[in-house]
Amino acid sequence: MTLTYREALNQALCEEMRRDDRVFLIGEDVGYYQGAFKVSKGFVEEFGPRRVVDTPITELGFTGLAIGAAMAGLRPVVEVMTFNFAILAMDQIVNNAAKIRYMSGGQIGVPMVIRGPGSAAHQLGAQHSQSLEAWFCHVPGLKVVAPATPHDAKGLLKSAVRDENPVIFIEGQLLYPVKGEIGEGDYTIPLGLAEVKRTGTDITIIAYSKMLHQALEAAEILSREGIQAEVVDPRTLRPLDLDTLAASVKKTGKAVIVEEGWPFAGLGAQIAESLYGRVFDYLDGPIVRVTGRDVPMPYARNLEGAAVPDARRVVEAVHQVLNR
Amino acid sequence: MERSHLLRLYAQMLLIRRFEERSAEMYALGKIGGFCHLYIGEEAVAVGAVDALRPDDYVFSAYRDHGHCLARGSDPKRVMAELFGRAGGLCKGKGGSMHLVDAERRFMGGYAIVGGHLPLAAGVGFAVKYRGGDQVVLCFFGEGAVPSGACHETLNLAALWDLPVLFLCENNRYGMGTPVERAVALYADVAQNAAAHGIDSGRVDGMDVLAVREAVGKAVEQVRSGHRPYFLEATTYRFMGHSMADPAHGHYRTKAEVDEAKKRDPLLLLRTRMLGERLATEADFKTIEQDVGKIVREAVEFAEASPAPSESALEDDVYAAGGGPS
Repeated sequence: MTLTYREALNQALCEEMRRDDRVFLIGEDVGYYQGAFKVSKGFVEEFGPRRVVDTPITELGFTGLAIGAAMAGLRPVVEVMTFNFAILAMDQIVNNAAKIRYMSGGQIGVPMVIRGPGSAAHQLGAQHSQSLEAWFCHVPGLKVVAPATPHDAKGLLKSAVRDENPVIFIEGQLLYPVKGEIGEGDYTIPLGLAEVKRTGTDITIIAYSKMLHQALEAAEILSREGIQAEVVDPRTLRPLDLDTLAASVKKTGKAVIVEEGWPFAGLGAQIAESLYGRVFDYLDGPIVRVTGRDVPMPYARNLEGAAVPDARRVVEAVHQVLNR
Repeated sequence: MERSHLLRLYAQMLLIRRFEERSAEMYALGKIGGFCHLYIGEEAVAVGAVDALRPDDYVFSAYRDHGHCLARGSDPKRVMAELFGRAGGLCKGKGGSMHLVDAERRFMGGYAIVGGHLPLAAGVGFAVKYRGGDQVVLCFFGEGAVPSGACHETLNLAALWDLPVLFLCENNRYGMGTPVERAVALYADVAQNAAAHGIDSGRVDGMDVLAVREAVGKAVEQVRSGHRPYFLEATTYRFMGHSMADPAHGHYRTKAEVDEAKKRDPLLLLRTRMLGERLATEADFKTIEQDVGKIVREAVEFAEASPAPSESALEDDVYAAGGGPS
């Protein structure tokens, strides 16, 4: 079956809400408007306003409220219209959701999902075009997921809803219309499991979310040059499946990490550091990162294009590693 | 109210008073670390309010939380052990003074970012309503939280969605060193902040435990049967500094002001009243003093004897055991 990323998310959430009455969706315009990106299309009609809760534009308030509901045994799914707005709820996410289990000595858990689109889209300007996954990945107590395909989006979202921990689930804003083959029926994909998306022998390219597609495009270009790149998608960013990443790098001896976020203290730096600790002796040379440029996102089309990694930059990075 | 009930309220307030005095000593001895905010002077609020709850109701507090936790019936031994940072503490030594939690008693925790726990209380109220329950969530916070965005966002949501939350504002006049009139625009009637969101509100003398008991009893009933939030301001006063690091008086308030407030010590008020109305004798209070003394002594002994948490527990409870989907 072929579905769009958006439809896959819709299906995952719908199945989980049918399965478990404790699951509810809360966020801005998730109900009668059908979701800013139509992920919750048809939900309020099926589940009613008790379980599909439209909120005022108060991220701190409704995110904190959802955390409280999780503490009392419900399974909230918070939709942030975009992750840029989650910044307003950072105190709730970092100081409450992530810490309550630990601070209480394990007495109270916070099983919930905070989901919505991240990263740049088309000329949305500096405040609506950010890749903030490194912020969340920094915090013990949170899990962070960033699927790249419809199949992964569905299976991972279902696992996230069933997880006992707070899960930050970052969707690629430009991926919503992307179509892909999807697994049969009520499948889940465990959190913390990477996947080799293309096998190869010459170099490992690690990329997630929208950047996976740039990496796969680059791998196509490279294969025409006779370079067989292996492309690995961590899918879950915390906990990171270092075993799968390391196995690939051991095999190829070379690695490029692609991320859309800013370079300084970015997630790729962490992945590289973790890999150096595991596979240093297998590496033929330094790991190279391809990142977003170190600037607030500009509006102008050409400048925005220059700020976000594309397949060409991934190919250049591979050439650099291979000394070509 | 029956004599036995009155004596019980007195005993609970005295327990908090003596517990906090010993906490101060233990802090001075280095047995308790970090920040330690004592509740001395404010006992009538926690005791009167929690007395009006059912066991299945929920309670939230901020960082000055020892009194609320004890009033909810938590074992003083395990509270003191938590302050000591010991494995026998309520939170196995992971929480500390500002983060006491006793889930069994639905004491949902002390939170140390001002205003940050108000949305959590609303969320528990949301869950109660979602399930069609009739529990009430009692949320304590200081007047210092009232101007915060978290407070106003929460009041709006609670009113908008008819959540069963009793917001109990303990107005002790000072947010650390800043008096309420320099922090809250509507300082003369703090509850107006809730009225702006369409929430019914009231005010009570927070030094008079019987007045608190009565006001909270009515408010809880209104929240429970009316399925609406309520905002109650309890005017009170802390006799000690903001924390153990802060003198009781000096740069932001005078000794004379503190001494004046102590004339309305909540323990003194109830005791005088009971003696005056011949509801108790000096002997009754002496017995309570002895009983409470023993409880506090045993709490300290328990905390002293409790081992430090094992270093192997350092990474426990960051994530749910197993961590994966259930």
